[in-house]
Amino acid sequence: MEKVLNPKNEIVEIELNQLLLKVLEMKKAGLRFSQACAAWINDRYELSYSWVNNETFDLTTLRVYAGLETIVPSITELIPTAVFYENEMAEMYDVKIDMMNLDFKHRLYRLKEGLDAPLLPEDVREKSEALKAGQREAAKEAEEKEAK
Amino acid sequence: MGKRSVVPFGPQHPVLPEPIHLDLVLEDEQVVEAVPNIGFIHRGLEGLVTKKDFNQMVYVIERTCGICSFGHGTGYCEAVENVMNVEVPDRAKYLRTIWFEMSRIHSHLLWLGLLADAFGFESLFYQCWRIRERVLDLFEMTTGGRIIFSVNQVGGVNKDMDKGMLQKILEDMDVIEKELKQITGTFLTDYSVESRLKGVGVLTKQQAHDLGAVGPFGRASGIAYDLRMTGYEAYKYLDFEPITSDVGDSWARVDVRIREIFQSIDLIRQAIGKIPGGEINVPVKGNPNGECFTRIEQPRGEAYYYIKGDNKPYLKRVRVRTPTFANLAGLCEMLKGAEYADVPIMVLTIDPCISCTER
Amino acid sequence: MGKFMTFASVAMKNLVHKPVTKMYPDKAIEYPERSRGHVEITIDDCISCGMCVRSCPTGTLSVDRDAGTWTINRFDCVQCGFCVQKCPKKCLRIVPGYQHPGDAKPEETFTKSPEVLKAEAERRAAQIAAAKAKAAEAAKAKAEEKN
Repeated sequence: MEKVLNPKNEIVEIELNQLLLKVLEMKKAGLRFSQACAAWINDRYELSYSWVNNETFDLTTLRVYAGLETIVPSITELIPTAVFYENEMAEMYDVKIDMMNLDFKHRLYRLKEGLDAPLLPEDVREKSEALKAGQREAAKEAEEKEAK
Repeated sequence: MGKRSVVPFGPQHPVLPEPIHLDLVLEDEQVVEAVPNIGFIHRGLEGLVTKKDFNQMVYVIERTCGICSFGHGTGYCEAVENVMNVEVPDRAKYLRTIWFEMSRIHSHLLWLGLLADAFGFESLFYQCWRIRERVLDLFEMTTGGRIIFSVNQVGGVNKDMDKGMLQKILEDMDVIEKELKQITGTFLTDYSVESRLKGVGVLTKQQAHDLGAVGPFGRASGIAYDLRMTGYEAYKYLDFEPITSDVGDSWARVDVRIREIFQSIDLIRQAIGKIPGGEINVPVKGNPNGECFTRIEQPRGEAYYYIKGDNKPYLKRVRVRTPTFANLAGLCEMLKGAEYADVPIMVLTIDPCISCTER
Repeated sequence: MGKFMTFASVAMKNLVHKPVTKMYPDKAIEYPERSRGHVEITIDDCISCGMCVRSCPTGTLSVDRDAGTWTINRFDCVQCGFCVQKCPKKCLRIVPGYQHPGDAKPEETFTKSPEVLKAEAERRAAQIAAAKAKAAEAAKAKAEEKN
């Protein structure tokens, strides 16, 4: 086997609504899903989904940007192994991921009770908490309305 | 169809060096489903990035794991060097390679010992760890630490090896090779060992690819994915082939790892034969500005180091994705349909390192 | 079908082999020269610059410039050796010998010897005096300029 010096290592920025399509494309191309991670940079989430070609060692990273309240679709239906990565993103950064196959509900890592999204900056965390409280209330109200 | 019952496995279990919890759904003696549960030793090392500058982070990242500590340090330093466009001197590259391969020997021997312990071969376990002790002594002599070396720094390494040390490493490698050869037969051909390992936890190549198996776990299923082939550090000057097996069961994983130890011994010999003189580090000026995904091949498989900085001493984000994190999914899939008594062996054959996984 | 008795030769050898373990603690362990046991300081060479304090990843060090002391909590130290690397006067070094366990985490303080402290105080006083003199001169010059 020949050595593969300096394989491709690129970051491709895509729109959030393209995510599932691109993921499916990558999967169909026979690439291996190798990691996903989140970061909070310049007041928005940077989500990275990395794909590796097992033969050529090329690394392609899909980069998605999302706001604090943006709901990100889960890719676990297409890539079941992404479940740990997505749970980690949701727990450490409070990324709102929807429709996960196996949702640990922020209990993947046994963090201290009441400690949510420890990797977010303090002020952002408060905002995120407020946002979630608002959503819960809205859901409650909607439920009550329906009950009536 | 028998009655279903749930048996908890771990977090404290004789075969587990570190805590992981599995809820095993059993139907008679067969595992139907395994739900993993981690998070017993989460320490939040990635969060420390806001408090430690990028030079201090080397020492934090190093302490992610007690077994592949050197690899974590190297991977992180490489990521920072890539972002800052620092060219590490050749001698430092070779030194890193030698230490890295010694780490691989030490990690694999530790794992072999644990596996021997798991299938109830106590004296084989002691034998493996006895051989491993030699590598630890070499580490202590060359770096000052037996587990955590603290020799990496951004821009190179901070300790050199003199001729005497390199000679001592070569001599000890001969002894390790000889001693390991004596017990290889026991691992690979012994009747009782074979009956515990052969045909247990079979993972086909396609499955391994879909589940994202990395490292010896994936290579035992025929995926020739070894990141050392990308020629980071001094690997581009050394001659080797990725070690694979087409069998895909637990026995193949033992086989691959044992052959990798011999390969590592060979790589160390090559590296010591070729090591050039010169500087061991270059001064680094400025702060990292930019982002980079760096991959290296840890003893357990492919590891990711992601850093992002914005020209300040404190990085914006550091992420470490360790091989066990990727292999957990493969483990859960593999456990489906397994015999209950084989579960400990199968959990061990992915070489789980939970401290790494949770960071 | 596998073989039998594959371990027999190794086991037989172990029967006659002398033990590989040492009779610790009756026989002391010899640490190699580079062993990172604990940090030592030649306190009189220290210039209290605080580089070690800023570099320490665990924040276990503290320096008091006025009192001429250097304090370490040995139980928080992880023996990484970064302070030794950063010390501009090379008065820190890392030597063999591990910290013994204990039931408390006391801090250890090193104080500079009285002679060094006195010399330092004198030097600082001289510096302050010189600075004052300079300031006074500058003020005088300014005043003259105004006139």
